[in-house]
Amino acid sequence: MPVPASIKKISDTVWEIPTSYKEGMRVPARIYATEELLKAMDDGVFDQITNVAALPGLVKAAYCMPDAHWGYGFPIGGVAPVDTKTGVISPGGIGFDVNCGMRLALTNLTYDEVKPHVRQLVDRLFERVPAGVGGTGFVKISQDEFRRVVEQGASWCIKHGYGWKEDLERTEEKGCIEGADASKISAKSVERGYKQIGTLGSGNHYLEIQVARPEHVFDEKSAQAFGITIPNQVVIMFHCGSRGFGHQVATDYLQSFLKVMESKYHIKILDRELACAPFHSREGQDYFAAMKCAINLSFTNRQVILHRIREVFSDVFRRSAEDLGMHMVYDVAHNTAKLERYEIDGETRDLLIHRKGATRAFGPGMDGVPEAYQAVGQPVIIGGSMETGSYLLAGVKSGIETFFSTAHGSGRTMSRTKAKKQYHGKTLQEEMAQRGIYVRTVSYAGLAEEAGGAYKNVDHVIEATELAGISRRVVRFSPVGNVKG
Amino acid sequence: MPYKYLEDVAIADVAFEAWGATLEELFTAAAEATMNIMVADLATITSGEKRKIALEEENLDLLLFNFLQELVFYKDAERLLLRVAKVRIEQGDGIVRVEAELYGEELNPRKHDLGVDVKAITLHQFQVEHSAGAWRANVIVDV
Repeated sequence: MPVPASIKKISDTVWEIPTSYKEGMRVPARIYATEELLKAMDDGVFDQITNVAALPGLVKAAYCMPDAHWGYGFPIGGVAPVDTKTGVISPGGIGFDVNCGMRLALTNLTYDEVKPHVRQLVDRLFERVPAGVGGTGFVKISQDEFRRVVEQGASWCIKHGYGWKEDLERTEEKGCIEGADASKISAKSVERGYKQIGTLGSGNHYLEIQVARPEHVFDEKSAQAFGITIPNQVVIMFHCGSRGFGHQVATDYLQSFLKVMESKYHIKILDRELACAPFHSREGQDYFAAMKCAINLSFTNRQVILHRIREVFSDVFRRSAEDLGMHMVYDVAHNTAKLERYEIDGETRDLLIHRKGATRAFGPGMDGVPEAYQAVGQPVIIGGSMETGSYLLAGVKSGIETFFSTAHGSGRTMSRTKAKKQYHGKTLQEEMAQRGIYVRTVSYAGLAEEAGGAYKNVDHVIEATELAGISRRVVRFSPVGNVKG
Repeated sequence: MPYKYLEDVAIADVAFEAWGATLEELFTAAAEATMNIMVADLATITSGEKRKIALEEENLDLLLFNFLQELVFYKDAERLLLRVAKVRIEQGDGIVRVEAELYGEELNPRKHDLGVDVKAITLHQFQVEHSAGAWRANVIVDV
């Protein structure tokens, strides 16, 4: 499917598909992208974002970020602001991997200091942070304790010695979203997830050692506020989510919504994966409380992984993590629905912002941005493909256009099935080693699927977010070591 | 192999089509296609553990959806890689039932050439249909 003929150009980076495009659309669909990125978007994006535009209670539009690509239900990179009084909550607008997200931590080491140890670091990280199909973690807890973990989030980790108190200040929702209720999660979801804390998972999940080269610092003042202060400073970035627990929570409620959506609430949708329930219904509120448990589990998972990373660096350099300056920059969530307050046509309204494969990007001075970053805006951590590079951005005031949402990655352009035919995992690993990127993986097929060529150009995506005024560049990072999930 | 992976659908996930002359064959093929995303060579899964699944639904497609979801559940909850030994599907009184015996073993990265982890079966474009004497299913799997 080419770009829909009825699409209207609003500006160089904003495109709108009108409600006349498809029966059932309640609001237009707005795509944030340069013309080049728009034309390269796959069929699924236009079809899916216009299905989303049919959900009850949407405010203004259904939005697509510049990295948008084919997902299920929502496109990846889809954002839906829903009025809580009249609107719905949809697991398909959040994704199975609830709060899949990114965390970035600093070191005070330069690449010259780290270079001789990259292999050892990656090998140790590969051992200490389990990755791949069915991985289990080192945190041994009972199912009852797991239920407490999902209500407490990352603060549970701090109590148990898996992190520093300051880490919480630098995590969205301080690592524990309010309202998580373990009585709303199934026994099955607990069974699936309680042994998996501290594991990466697979697919596009990874843990990377990266370098901030001086020529890639776009805004020195903001970079300093985020802790990037030394030329060729080494940082650690990783991407993972709520593992089997979150996947099961979403699966459970997708099915319970399907059973009541039409019969009880008379809601008609254009794709069953968009199954939903009124936000204030019993089913909607139950899912909201269960989904928050998955949000918290994901924060917990990334907190425990950060703890392991600090241990590994500390072992290899024979210095404490504190001495190595291993502070967290921030932790952002990708797949969530959160309550946020906006002024719409002069009226203050509570909206549920579904972000699927999209990042919240609050501007300077906003509530929810850590004190230390109030002047610069919320840090936004963007993982590119493992071959190219990643970014640290900052939220901006004009981000209100997209309800303070921006891209989450570089976005795929090629299916996994196709990538696996085109690239060979072992060859790719060797080629990357020659270019100074040491990779370990549990799955060579999985590695091939993540080849840089299967992704959009991350620089173009990030440039588009800046041109569109939804976030701005601070630093670009280059990968030197990677544990591929 | 009564299933194939689709190249130009769901680029971040994995899409497959599975088929069979009977519903039992279709369910078996879809189970194999789901497991084959995670394990390159299904023949390396040997029998040690056995599990039984019994499910019922009003719709055939949701029955297949739940059946596949069970395999994903066991992979995480017990780290079991499972294949179908026997499966029987019965329809009547507006209900469809599946009873299956599964066999397999605990996942072992040294023995099993692992692919990508399956997070969930999605309902996006999920379809079960009977045409030209065969059962077919389209499935998109979140990975």
